[in-house]
Amino acid sequence: MKKLILAAAAAILLGGAAYADVIKIGVVGPFSGPFAIQGKNFKAGIDAYIATHGNKIGNDTVEILYRDVPQADPAQSKALAQELVVKEHVQYLAGFYFTPDAMAVTPLLQQANVPLVVMNAATSAIVTKSPYVVRTSFTTWQTSAPMAKIARERGVEKAITVVSDYGPGVDAENAFKSTFEKDGGKVVESIRMPLSTNDFSPVMQRVRNSGAQAVFAFLPSGPTTLGFVKAYNENGLKEAGVQFLAPGDLTQESDLPALGDAALGILTTFHYAIAHDSPENKAFVAAAQKAIGNPAELSFPSVGAYDGMHVIYKMIEATGGKQDAKKAVDAVKGLAWESPRGPVSIDPETRHITQNIYLREVAKAADGTYYNKEIKTFEKQPDPGLAAAK
Amino acid sequence: MQVFFSIGVDALAYGMVLFIISIGLSVTMGLMRVVNLAHGAFAMIGGYIASYAARDLGLGYGFAIILAVIGTIIIAIPLERFLYRRIYGAPELTQVLMTIGITFCVIGLANYVFGPTLKTIPLPAGLQGPVDLGFRTIAAHKLFAIACGVVVALGLWFLIERTSFGVKLRASVDNTAMAASLGVRTRIVYAASFALAVGLAAFGGVIGAELLPVEPYYALRYMVTFLVVVSVGGAGSIPGALIACLLLGAIDTTGRYLVPEYGEFFFYLAVIAIVWVFPRGLLGRAK
Repeated sequence: MKKLILAAAAAILLGGAAYADVIKIGVVGPFSGPFAIQGKNFKAGIDAYIATHGNKIGNDTVEILYRDVPQADPAQSKALAQELVVKEHVQYLAGFYFTPDAMAVTPLLQQANVPLVVMNAATSAIVTKSPYVVRTSFTTWQTSAPMAKIARERGVEKAITVVSDYGPGVDAENAFKSTFEKDGGKVVESIRMPLSTNDFSPVMQRVRNSGAQAVFAFLPSGPTTLGFVKAYNENGLKEAGVQFLAPGDLTQESDLPALGDAALGILTTFHYAIAHDSPENKAFVAAAQKAIGNPAELSFPSVGAYDGMHVIYKMIEATGGKQDAKKAVDAVKGLAWESPRGPVSIDPETRHITQNIYLREVAKAADGTYYNKEIKTFEKQPDPGLAAAK
Repeated sequence: MQVFFSIGVDALAYGMVLFIISIGLSVTMGLMRVVNLAHGAFAMIGGYIASYAARDLGLGYGFAIILAVIGTIIIAIPLERFLYRRIYGAPELTQVLMTIGITFCVIGLANYVFGPTLKTIPLPAGLQGPVDLGFRTIAAHKLFAIACGVVVALGLWFLIERTSFGVKLRASVDNTAMAASLGVRTRIVYAASFALAVGLAAFGGVIGAELLPVEPYYALRYMVTFLVVVSVGGAGSIPGALIACLLLGAIDTTGRYLVPEYGEFFFYLAVIAIVWVFPRGLLGRAK
C-alpha cells in the first residue's frame, strides 16, 4: 500500500514536471562598472523580445537569470557560467560582451549540454571553439572590411590606420589593411595606441604628417572615442580633407549626444543603426526604449540580444523544452528571419550571423539630435575573419 | 624642429591639465597628510555640475565653472565634517579604505543619477575650434587650459608661501598641538584647506573635461595618473607638482608621438627612475 502511494506521488510529480517546465536562460554581461551601459542594452533587448513575444513557448515558461561581470574577466565568467549550469540548471547560456569571457566558457558547453548564444563578443574565432556556439552580433572583420571598399570607391589611394592596441583593434587594422591593399590601395602607416591614451593630439599630428587621404580608426566605444574625434577636429584634419573612416562602434548612438557636431560627416560601416528604416525596427526601438528607460542610452548591443533571444526561442521550440544542445543548435543552422537590422541568417557552417552591413554618415535630425544615417547597403555579408584566419 | 615644437605644445597643454587636476591632491596629501583617493570623485562631481549647469540650465561657461567649484565644495563640507575629520592623522590604510569607499559610493550615485553615458561641457565659441600657431594648429581650449594652469600655480604659491593663511596652514601641519596653543584655529584651517583642495579638483575636472571626459567611472579611471603626479612631484610641493606634470606630460606625449607601440612604457619607466633617485619626489619635503 505504502509503495503504491509513493509510486502514485512520484508519477504525479514527474508528470507535473514534464508538462509546464521553467526553462532557464543564463545571461552573463557587464551590468555594473564602466561598461554597465552595454549590459543595460543586453537587458533592454531581452526585455523587448519578451515584451513583444511573451515569456511562454508552448507550456514552458522562460526565465532569465542575469550574472554580472563588470570588466573582461575570463575566470569570473567561467565560474559564473559553471554556477548557472550546475546550481541553476540553465538550459541556455547567452550574453557575453567581451571576447575573452566568451572564450573561457566554450570548453564547458559540450559536457554541460548547453548551447551558448553570443550576443556581442566580436572576435571571429569564438565560434570555432565549440560546435555549440551561435553568434547573433557581428565581428570586427565583418563590419570593418566593407569600409576599405568604400575608401577605394571614393578614390582614396593612401590611408593610415589608427587603432587601440588590443584584440579587436588589431582585428580592425588587419581587416581594413588586407581588404584595402587587395583592392589596390596603400596603407602608409599603422599606428597602435595604448588603450589608456587620453590625449590624441600627437597621434593626429602623425596622421597629418603621413600624407594619407583617409584615416581608418578603431577604439572601444566610450570616453576615449570622444577625445579621439575631438582631437581629429581640433588638429585641423577635417579642414585638411583627411576623411575619417571607422566601424560603427565609434559612433554608437549612446555616444552621439556627447560627440555632437564634432562627429558630423564621419563615415562608419556597421550592422545596425537605431535609425534603420523598417517596420520591424520601429517596433523594436519602441519596445527597447521603453525597457531601457532613458531612450538616449539605447545602442547596438540591444539588437544582438534581441536576435539572440529569437534564436533561443527557436531552439526551445525545436527541442520541445528538453535539454538537448546538439538538436537545438542544429535547428537554427540556416535559420533566416527579418531582424530589426534587416534580413539575417545563421550560417550553417560557422554558426555566425550573415547580415547586411550598412555605410552610415553621422547626420543631424530636424529636432537637433544626431543619428547614423544609412546611405549604402552591402547585402548578406558573411564573416571574412574566419576565412582570413585559415 | 617643427616636430619638436609640435610635441612641446602638446606636452605643455597635457601637463597643465594634469597639473590643475592633481594639485588639489598634492595639497591634501602633502599638507594635510590625507591620502585622498576620492580626489578624482570630486573632480568628477565638478564636471557633472558644470555639465548640468551649461547644458540643462543654459548658463555660460564661466558661470558653470564657478557653480561647479562652489557646488562641489558645498557637497564636500559635510563629508569633511563627518568623515574626513575622523581620519586626520589616522594610519594611511584607514585613510585609503575610507576614501576609496567614498569613491565607489560616488561612482554608484553618479551612475544612478546621471546614467552611464558621457557628459560634455559645451565650450563658448571663443574656445572652440583650432587656433593657428604658424607651424601647426592647436585647440583654443588647450591654450585656455595652459593659462589656467599658470594662474593656479602662481595663485597657490602666493597663498601658501606669502599669506598669513599659508603660514597658519604650514604651522598646523607641522605641529598641530603647538599651532593650536599659539591660537591658530586648526580645525578651521584644515576645513578651509580641504575646501581649497576640493575646489581645485572641481576646477580641474571642468577645465580638463575635453581631454578626460566626464562619466561615472572617471573617479577611478584617472586616479593612478593623479597619484603618480603627486608622488613624482613630491606631495605638498607646488613647484614640484608643476615640474612633475610638465616632465611626465613631455615624456608621455613624446613617447606617444614617436613610438606609440610601446604604450605607457616610457611614462612608467620615467616614474620608476625618478622615484628611485628622489624617494620623496622631486621637491618633496623631508618629514
